[in-house]
Amino acid sequence: MSAATTHAEQAEHDSHGIEIPHASYRDYTIGFVLSVILTAIPFALVMTGALSPAVTGVTILGLAVVQIVVHMVYFLHMSPKAEGGWSITSLIFTIIVVGIMLSGSLWVMSHLNTNMMPQAHEEMSQIP
Amino acid sequence: MSSTTLPAGNDKPVYYEIDEHPHPEGHSTLLGFWIYLMSDCLIFAILFACYAVLGGNFAAGPGPKDLFDLNLIALNTAMLLFSSLTYGLAMIAMQNRNLRHVQMWLAVTGLFGAAFLAIELYEFSHLIHIGATPQRSAFLSAFFTLVGTHGLHVTFGLVWLVTLIVQLGRHGLNPANQRRVACLSLFWHFLDVIWIGVFTFVYLMGML
Amino acid sequence: MSTDAVPSTSAAEPTFLFGKLGWNSLPHDPIVLSTMVVVIIGGIGLLALVTRYKLWGYLWKEWFTTVDHKKIGIMYMILGLVMFLRGFADAIMMRLQQVMAFGGSEGYLNSHHYDQIFTAHGVIMIFFVAMPFITGLMNYVVPLQIGARDVSFPFLNNFSFWMTTSGAVLTMASLFVGEFAATGWLAYPPLSGIAYSPSVGVDYYIWALQIAGVGTTLSGINLIVTILKMRAPGMGLMKMPVFTWTSLCANILIVASFPVLTAVLALLTLDRYVGTNFFTNDFGGSSMMYVNLIWIWGHPEVYILILPLFGVFSEVTSTFSGKKLFGYTSMVYATVVITILSYVVWLHHFFTMGSGASVNSFFGITTMVISIPTGAKLFNWLFTMYRGRIRYELPMMWTVAFMLTFTIGGMTGVLLAVPPADFVLHNSLFLIAHFHNVIIGGVLFGIFAAINYWWPKAFGFKLDPFWGKVSFWCWVPGFWVAFMPLYVLGLMGVTRRMRVFDDPSLQIWFAIAAVGALMIAAGIAAMLIQFAVSIWKREALAETTGDPWNGRTLEWATSSPPPDYNFAFTPRIHALDAWYDMKAAGVEHPAEGYKDIHMPSNTGAGVILAGISTVAGFALVWHIWWLAGLSMVGLIGAAIAHTFNYKRDFHIPASQVAATEAARLRQLQAAGA
Repeated sequence: MSAATTHAEQAEHDSHGIEIPHASYRDYTIGFVLSVILTAIPFALVMTGALSPAVTGVTILGLAVVQIVVHMVYFLHMSPKAEGGWSITSLIFTIIVVGIMLSGSLWVMSHLNTNMMPQAHEEMSQIP
Repeated sequence: MSSTTLPAGNDKPVYYEIDEHPHPEGHSTLLGFWIYLMSDCLIFAILFACYAVLGGNFAAGPGPKDLFDLNLIALNTAMLLFSSLTYGLAMIAMQNRNLRHVQMWLAVTGLFGAAFLAIELYEFSHLIHIGATPQRSAFLSAFFTLVGTHGLHVTFGLVWLVTLIVQLGRHGLNPANQRRVACLSLFWHFLDVIWIGVFTFVYLMGML
Repeated sequence: MSTDAVPSTSAAEPTFLFGKLGWNSLPHDPIVLSTMVVVIIGGIGLLALVTRYKLWGYLWKEWFTTVDHKKIGIMYMILGLVMFLRGFADAIMMRLQQVMAFGGSEGYLNSHHYDQIFTAHGVIMIFFVAMPFITGLMNYVVPLQIGARDVSFPFLNNFSFWMTTSGAVLTMASLFVGEFAATGWLAYPPLSGIAYSPSVGVDYYIWALQIAGVGTTLSGINLIVTILKMRAPGMGLMKMPVFTWTSLCANILIVASFPVLTAVLALLTLDRYVGTNFFTNDFGGSSMMYVNLIWIWGHPEVYILILPLFGVFSEVTSTFSGKKLFGYTSMVYATVVITILSYVVWLHHFFTMGSGASVNSFFGITTMVISIPTGAKLFNWLFTMYRGRIRYELPMMWTVAFMLTFTIGGMTGVLLAVPPADFVLHNSLFLIAHFHNVIIGGVLFGIFAAINYWWPKAFGFKLDPFWGKVSFWCWVPGFWVAFMPLYVLGLMGVTRRMRVFDDPSLQIWFAIAAVGALMIAAGIAAMLIQFAVSIWKREALAETTGDPWNGRTLEWATSSPPPDYNFAFTPRIHALDAWYDMKAAGVEHPAEGYKDIHMPSNTGAGVILAGISTVAGFALVWHIWWLAGLSMVGLIGAAIAHTFNYKRDFHIPASQVAATEAARLRQLQAAGA
């Protein structure tokens, strides 16, 4: 440590290395407007009850997925090129794992409930 | 062997980098932080899974339709969306190397975040007041934990925002601070993405 | 049956100042009490020695605050070794209890104590032995193999180590202050819930794992980014050494599974501390959900442990057969396939819970499928050895022992993957024998191979082969003698975690197993002697070339031990076995033209943060709320304070690099002459 020297030009070096994604008014505006629309529609659908519950459910889940993509692209600046592709690779991997965890848990637990619980799921909500 | 890597006009391939430029400090930070966010995402995935599996177990207690006020949630969602936009403006200000604007937009983001938290705390205290406590049923346990964990992240984001505004004031837009602003940007937008899942899956689906 | 009574640790009313902590939290049991006295005397002796030889400054400056991946790797290995001795002591106690408790005898351990021992054994061996060992190996070797000077986040690396240590400290503290969980290593509710485990044991378990888990996750992120971003120029993904590949996959698994453990334990914590109803029996809670979730972490964890060692075996086999690895590409793909598949097999840990035929079939089939890439790896190793010029040095001996042992363990695993068979064997000693067969035969033998293989690199002298062979020949047969009887007992229907037995015909098998455990004990003793003798005779065993085994990968291109900066010039990679390629091309290391080398500075922040975390954990265990709150605030404050430090690096001047490299050149010439 005693022989160490701190170099002033280091700061200069540093600024080359950061790959902060480029941000633009255009991106944030598009993202924001789309998000407002994609948020307003599901709230309106549920609050007015315009469609049947089943159709509403599928629609709002679909819109949520679209909105997540919008956020990823316009706010988080996800692109296949960022960080040499590793950001998007890790995102895809995470989505796969999350998908396995969610669907797997639901599948496993619903079968468990069917087999191990004598009552129907609706009654479950009423058991103290 | 691998003759393709031979430099032109030279017989011997290069085996040591004589004239190298070292990896710049912090060139991995954003990727590292992104991978951290992915791991955080899995924590939320487990909380969502718990809500999906246990969310119907009301134990003869109140259910979503008895409890949720969508007007409040819409307001809350708006707060978070605005904060995402203002964080974006902070990023643009940073690109333009305008320190004052960066600090200002970060502060505005923080205000929206604080408003979000205040509304959430109001909702929670209301629920607890009417007896819908986290202890009441597995549904309420899962609900409070999922939404509360998101809220805890927002709280942490606020602490970070304040710290960063101070650090920007001290050191300006140096490379380290730029990295930090970019990391917090990822964190903040990531929380917004999680919130999309929360308001859709918990609140809206709950009211169907 | 008075010995079976649960000690009345929860009798006293909690106080503000000390929470649930009181004089009765100290041990009453004579066994624990005498252990505590010995540990305290030993600890004071150790501290006195360190003070006597004025080592505190050296330890603090050179080790505790270091951000050098090599020193952190070595500290991980030391942590693993220390905890291994504790975990093995638990194992010996269980073997002794089980062989004694026949014919109306109660053995020498009461049930409360025995239950804590088998829980602590499992928790320690997985979290504080196997995990530190593999993290230590990856930390030490990966940056060297990819031609990097350090990991991507050197401070984080130090912090991760101390968080892991903090978890280990809490686990050890539970031995003397209060008690450990008596629930089994995964702490299934409702048993681990507050209703059935009201005392502090499960709380120790939770906070130790949560704190260590932070360290594990962060170190996983660190190593992933290191491998992705810090590779030497020219090292494309398919030119990475196999160990680096398996480390990458293991760390991906860490980052994508430890958060699950964190979340599940957090929910259990809420159940215990706040009174929520995730896993309780009332108000709609489902304890089965806990089992489901924790195995979503638990199965990838198995592959986190074994994958890096698959890498070790690949490196060792190839080096000691004097050939390039057979089927490198298939090895990489097998590793990646295992990484993905390890997420779709978790239910085989609870076939008997009742998900029914369709679910069980799916997970039974995926479990059998995952054995295919593993089998492919074994064939790759065998074909690497085929017509090779094999040198049976210690790393290679451990590798061969692994191949024989692990294959059997793998096959009994495939048996267990058949759901109807699992209904018979679930929770039996057959299962215990199976997973010890793969974990000892795979993970532990791999770690021993790795220690013997890389020790010369880390310390500049080889390990003594005689005592190494003594250890090997005690360990390997000892393993078989200790665990084959458990297969038999499992098939006879003996379940795990039993304390006393009625059927006298079983005793002989437990006696054989106990003999095996003693042989393993001799193996461990021989290994410790091996280390001591090697350090003693380090002059005679000195290794000055930097490449004692005629290695193939980059870590052998630098000196032993490597300088702080690893490589004076970053190597450029043209082929898979980069160092072998360089040797074949007769590359000379440049002797001049050194530049200043940019390095990260040491920092004490990791020790401080982890220290505060330990206090916070202890306070939470004992419900000392003021201290918990204070340490939480302290933790956040210290973390923020650390971010205000912007000067985190320095440069090693070119003159110093030149001096170091000149000394190395002289050493090489002396060795060559």
